[in-house]
Amino acid sequence: MKPKEYQKLVQDNSPPRPLLKNMLWAFLVGGLICTLGQVVLNIAGRTENTKAEASAVTLAVMILIGTILTAFGVYDEIAEKGGAGAAVPITGFANTVTSAAMEFRREGLLLGMGAKMFIIAGPVIVYGILSGFIVTLVKALVLKLF
Amino acid sequence: MSNRLGLQTLTFSKRPRLHSSYTIVGPIEGKGPHALDFDEILPDDVLEQKTPEKTERLILEMAIEKTLRQRNTKAEDVNFFLAGDLLNQITSSTFAASTYGMPFLGIYGACSTFAQGLGLASVLLEGDFAAQVLVGTASHYQTAERQYRYPIELNVQHIASNQHTVTGAGVALLGFDHEGPQVTHATFGTVVDMGLKDAQDMGSAMAPAAFSTIKQHLNDTSRSLEDYDVVLTGDLGKQGRKMLRLLFAQEDYAGLDRLQDGGSQIYSEGQKAGAGGSGAACIAVMTLGYVLNLLKSAKARRVLIVATGALLSPLTVLQGESIPCVAHAIALEA
Repeated sequence: MKPKEYQKLVQDNSPPRPLLKNMLWAFLVGGLICTLGQVVLNIAGRTENTKAEASAVTLAVMILIGTILTAFGVYDEIAEKGGAGAAVPITGFANTVTSAAMEFRREGLLLGMGAKMFIIAGPVIVYGILSGFIVTLVKALVLKLF
Repeated sequence: MSNRLGLQTLTFSKRPRLHSSYTIVGPIEGKGPHALDFDEILPDDVLEQKTPEKTERLILEMAIEKTLRQRNTKAEDVNFFLAGDLLNQITSSTFAASTYGMPFLGIYGACSTFAQGLGLASVLLEGDFAAQVLVGTASHYQTAERQYRYPIELNVQHIASNQHTVTGAGVALLGFDHEGPQVTHATFGTVVDMGLKDAQDMGSAMAPAAFSTIKQHLNDTSRSLEDYDVVLTGDLGKQGRKMLRLLFAQEDYAGLDRLQDGGSQIYSEGQKAGAGGSGAACIAVMTLGYVLNLLKSAKARRVLIVATGALLSPLTVLQGESIPCVAHAIALEA
């Protein structure tokens, strides 16, 4: 059998991804995390003076929650069900950093944990900054032109 | 060249025997359907070690120790120790070898390592280069995840074709002095690459390698699948097993009921292990546990072990290369 024929055979016989089920779970889990974030924001809104301060507190709390759940080995179980619903919110970002820190701790604090903590979060930061730059550039140009 | 049959098969007229063997599996494998086939089930997969790499090394050493003890064999009476694992520079095997001082040959065939070892051990014995050869391999879920995939606690959603690396070790002592199942043939496979690139579905990538080796073995020995009570492939997983059956069915082979797969069978449905087990230890513990029990209890007389290995590296995957695969077949008789 030729490679192309076999690739076609594999394609035709691969287990289908349960897209609808995955999307539903992502919606539920992602929605729950965001609802929790909103609750924290509402509480923070009472204690903090400005909206910016309140959202900073909320982010810190959500990161802490993501980190603690990762440390206790719970967050990967949530993500197994929730998929992108667990990966996209900031708790998921905290999980990428914490899980890498835990994983590479055994190679030492400096060249292990220190060097590899951002091995998964790194690209998110790099392309987050890049896309922020591009959007800002477009905005500046548009405002200047019109 | 009287020890060769056909293109790729070696035949062992002296019939080296598996004198003794020992299998260790982790707690998850110990809850699977083959729990009773294994010699030892670990209470946990850490064993008070600082790193999973140390744990993997320790379980390999435990299996070596117990295998040697069964026939009161001293390490200095073992002429060769053949071993390999999944880690960079096969360190679990080399560190374990450094503990015992046996002449060591490190081998790598990913998850096919164990059959490669059995075949090479038989060659050394048949050629009178050794009286006793020890073969071993180990793998650990956590070390393999770190070597090939992501941090353990990362938010990853697994898909149906993902396999779960078996935590365990399998060691066998081969020689001529005692009773035990005989190695009659070995067919070392060629590397087969069908151009598949999905490292999340290694079963489909490995199936053509298994097919190629089994087909060559049957041609070389003029046997059919039905001449074997069991043809145990390892670790194709459910997806790979399905693809292998399709390949056989396309060429109208009879006796597909003889095909079993170590990876597909080591976990039960409820264990959420995706397509099944993988890892160097998978076929080792299934062979030395399940198959040897079949042969000992006369439920099978002749078995073909077909260990499959996906010879990719994390680097080649990132660079967009395909997955080269290999399979080695070993014929065992009671």
